[in-house]
Amino acid sequence: MAENGIGARSLRKEDARFLRGSGNYVDDINRPGQAYATFVRSPHAHARIEKIDTSRAAEASGVVGVFTGDDLAADGVGGLICGWMVTDRNGENMKAPPHPALAQGKVNYVGDHVAIVIANTLAEARDAAELVEVDYGVLPANVDTDKADADGTPQIHDDIPGNMSYDWELGDAAAVDEAIESAAHVTTLEIVNNRLIPNAIEPRSAIGEYDPASDAFTLYTTSQNPHVARLVLSAFCAIAPEHKLRVVAPDVGGGFGSKIFIYAEETVCTWASKKVGCPVKWTADRSESFVSDAHGRDHVTKAELALDSDGKFTALRVSTKASMGAYLSTFASCVPTYLYGTLLAGQYTTPAIYCNVKALFTNTAPVDAYRGAGRPEATYLLERLVEVAARETGTDPAELRKKNFIPPDAFPYTTPVVLAYDSGSYEAVLDKACDIADYRGFAERREEANTRGKLRGIGFSSYIEACGIAPSAAVGSLGAGVGLWEGAQVRFNPTGSVTVFTGSHAHGQGHETTFAQVVADKLGVDFENVEVVHGDTDKGPFGMGTYGSRSIAVGGSAIISACDKLIEKGKKIAAHALEASESDIEYDGGTFSVAGTDRSMSMGEIAFAAYVPHNYPEGLEPGFEESAFYDPVNFTFPAGTQICEVEVDPDTGEVEIIKFSAVDDVGTVINPMIVEGQVHGGVTQGIGQALLENGVYDGDTGQLVSGSYNDYTMPRADDVPTYDVEMYETPCPHNPLGVKGCGEVGAIAAPPAVINAITDALSTEDIDMPATPERVWQALAQA
Amino acid sequence: MYDFTYHRASDVADAVSKVRDTGEGQFLAGGHTLIPTLKLRLAKPSDLVDLQGIANLQGISASDDGVTVKAMTTHATVAESKDVQDTIPALASLASGIGDPHVRARGTIGGSIANNDPAADYPAAVVGLGATVKTDQRDIAGDDFFTGMFETALSDGELITEVSFPKANKAAYYKFKNPASRFAIVGVFVAQTGGGVRVTVTGAAPCVFRVSEMEEALASSFSSDAIKDIKIPEDGLNSDIHAQADYRAHLVNVCARRAVDAC
Repeated sequence: MAENGIGARSLRKEDARFLRGSGNYVDDINRPGQAYATFVRSPHAHARIEKIDTSRAAEASGVVGVFTGDDLAADGVGGLICGWMVTDRNGENMKAPPHPALAQGKVNYVGDHVAIVIANTLAEARDAAELVEVDYGVLPANVDTDKADADGTPQIHDDIPGNMSYDWELGDAAAVDEAIESAAHVTTLEIVNNRLIPNAIEPRSAIGEYDPASDAFTLYTTSQNPHVARLVLSAFCAIAPEHKLRVVAPDVGGGFGSKIFIYAEETVCTWASKKVGCPVKWTADRSESFVSDAHGRDHVTKAELALDSDGKFTALRVSTKASMGAYLSTFASCVPTYLYGTLLAGQYTTPAIYCNVKALFTNTAPVDAYRGAGRPEATYLLERLVEVAARETGTDPAELRKKNFIPPDAFPYTTPVVLAYDSGSYEAVLDKACDIADYRGFAERREEANTRGKLRGIGFSSYIEACGIAPSAAVGSLGAGVGLWEGAQVRFNPTGSVTVFTGSHAHGQGHETTFAQVVADKLGVDFENVEVVHGDTDKGPFGMGTYGSRSIAVGGSAIISACDKLIEKGKKIAAHALEASESDIEYDGGTFSVAGTDRSMSMGEIAFAAYVPHNYPEGLEPGFEESAFYDPVNFTFPAGTQICEVEVDPDTGEVEIIKFSAVDDVGTVINPMIVEGQVHGGVTQGIGQALLENGVYDGDTGQLVSGSYNDYTMPRADDVPTYDVEMYETPCPHNPLGVKGCGEVGAIAAPPAVINAITDALSTEDIDMPATPERVWQALAQA
Repeated sequence: MYDFTYHRASDVADAVSKVRDTGEGQFLAGGHTLIPTLKLRLAKPSDLVDLQGIANLQGISASDDGVTVKAMTTHATVAESKDVQDTIPALASLASGIGDPHVRARGTIGGSIANNDPAADYPAAVVGLGATVKTDQRDIAGDDFFTGMFETALSDGELITEVSFPKANKAAYYKFKNPASRFAIVGVFVAQTGGGVRVTVTGAAPCVFRVSEMEEALASSFSSDAIKDIKIPEDGLNSDIHAQADYRAHLVNVCARRAVDAC
């Protein structure tokens, strides 16, 4: 292994600036003459707007502009879009309500955007915003996902009866019905997947700037995918033609999905910068982030798992209601469908699966992809079902899983829910996890805990996810409005250093390090001499951005493709200079040599020759820079087993995680330190969902009750244990690096492991996430 | 926040007169409730009179009878005071568990009890130890000081100057924290003093209260077993998304037993 090549624990290049506080986030950017925006937001969950009077605000000190939905409409600014068309089980397109960037006639959740007020200072903008007078006709609120389609529930959008966007299905209903009827045992479970609020440490922020000289806009924004933002703002919101709009997403402090989407704020700030004639800056405060970032999860599900008399799974039937919030956010529709139903086979050979999903509107913040996106919901459902089935049938939960795992020789394996798994070593991974967790010693530890008055439990989660999103043709056939390839450009500078432009975007993942390791390894250049550039639509090729654990699998593969092109060109240059046939040139680790001789040239010499082509192959273009676009042939399928061991204090209901063991197969590992960090972060988010976090709207008023850190419980260091994380590398067979992606595994895997441990300790299945002390105490009282 | 006029008071008399002379003026102690409230635009004082520079509102003195903590003394100072640790260790321990290090470094005893947040820790000790709250005008018995949710016996413009805590034979505080805010969902202070046993509860109800049934049981037998069957009625207890009244009632018993065991 090269010192900083693939597999090295290279320290993160980006940390030097982050740890010194010299990162460059959107809010750090100030443009000459900029004004500050604040948004007037709906205080009501559901109301008609009878009248908006902006006259007093417009006259207030320092105000340069006040705009409402009518102003956007008058300029032909389009609404926000959902980019994935789901076709429902009757063959009809999903129903997508209009989603104006500023409300037109109606508000549909607390925090919905009513007006923008722009002033010379933020304080003046906020003062003036209080002078915008809005007469609301308050309507009853609908915030309960389970009841959103019931008779009598308030209707949010006039032409969408039953608040239903779509009623979708996947799988063979008849085969599942038959298998369940003839099953030896059927395990039934009703569960809630709690609403989560993303809480990236950096709030969303945007600066729109219009340059009259070039008639072009620049948007600085907290985005995971600046190129996609530019495309949507041009093609759908009609802010500016694509070549007249530059989107810059500089350092971004965490996204977790919430910064994939194209929101009202950046759309309006960009548009308004031309109206008011100066740059317009907006940064969310934390209270705004709570109400206006797209939330995650929020499912209510009933499911049945059928087993034969040998304990083999014969069928799975799932019925889910998924809240969309008040509107369809950018990718909302694909989350509870193609990122959820397709994952319900898990690691198992279940031959018949049927899934029905009703996507429902509620008077809540829009729900969209949040770390894991659909796959945590599928995993939580399936892994809880399997654990309950093991208990009901008196089978060891590890043994029941092994009995049903897809065996290593069965790959490629096509599940009854569309996906074709490429590789996996499920039993070996589970065995390794059991060793790390000392599963055999658990009974003794439980007895010892009993002597201290504590209830000890252990829970498994054997998860799979579909990552490396995604083959464009496949997702196109399922309704995606975009291709999901990635672009890269690798440029040798004449002096031998390398600049890599990627369409992926880093907001905590460490791409500047891992991508540099990959390039250093492939091209034989020093890690320190590789610079990774991302986050600016004016720099490098078009790209699709970072989400769905896709950056290394898709973006990294694009970089490898560009490197391969450089090596091919390098061989031509070397053959000419070394007076050999091109077919005799061998390349290895940065050196081009003539086979069987000691004649060779270094990569640096080749690059120099390409830029100073004095002695150069005839007809070959000078320069040493290549672009590539990589469209994956399949998803990747990271999988693993995570095991959680807890102690419950029966007096208070408090849960302590004693031990958390993870064995994850994310394919080839580029940087183990970064992968472990991703697993640690993901598991902590998973523990947050399982024990702590809950987005709660008041059932009567529709107010967000958990709208601050006084009520929304983020995981803290003392809530989580030191993790035991190990890898099991089964390389992905269909991409050049053998990588699968690691960003989401923890958030996907951890929740059922934690809850299975708690239900094991309590001897009851009747508990929902988050398993707060009060809920655990109640479950114990009722058990 | 909205604009206000900032004043720095030189002494107690100056602070009191400055607040009296302004329209909607307020004292500013550590600011750990007031400043966030201002930032959220939930309060609009015309003037803030900062007490930070008043030397004789700072400090701790101890005697054989107890400790006196001046109003602007921070939680961190109380927690780290050898005098408090030696004389009333339960008080030092309580102060060491308020909020987080930032809060403890700025928040003050006077600010905390004047605000009387239902989930604050200090009220449990003030009542539990039978402390006396001294103001610029009078002495107020701890028992009479806390009158309701965010309500105290202080009149407008009256300023707390110090709190005197009599020494206890035994005392301990046990807090069950809100998982999000880490304020007390329930906190119970138990003290055995010359005047008898006191059991005070914070967090559970709109205002700190005593549990006389537990006090009587502990007076006859100071052990957690003596109170294990004493149930607190749910009526009047707080309910929120973290803990309903029945759970809080249960936790009062758990916290009281753990406090007794820690004595």
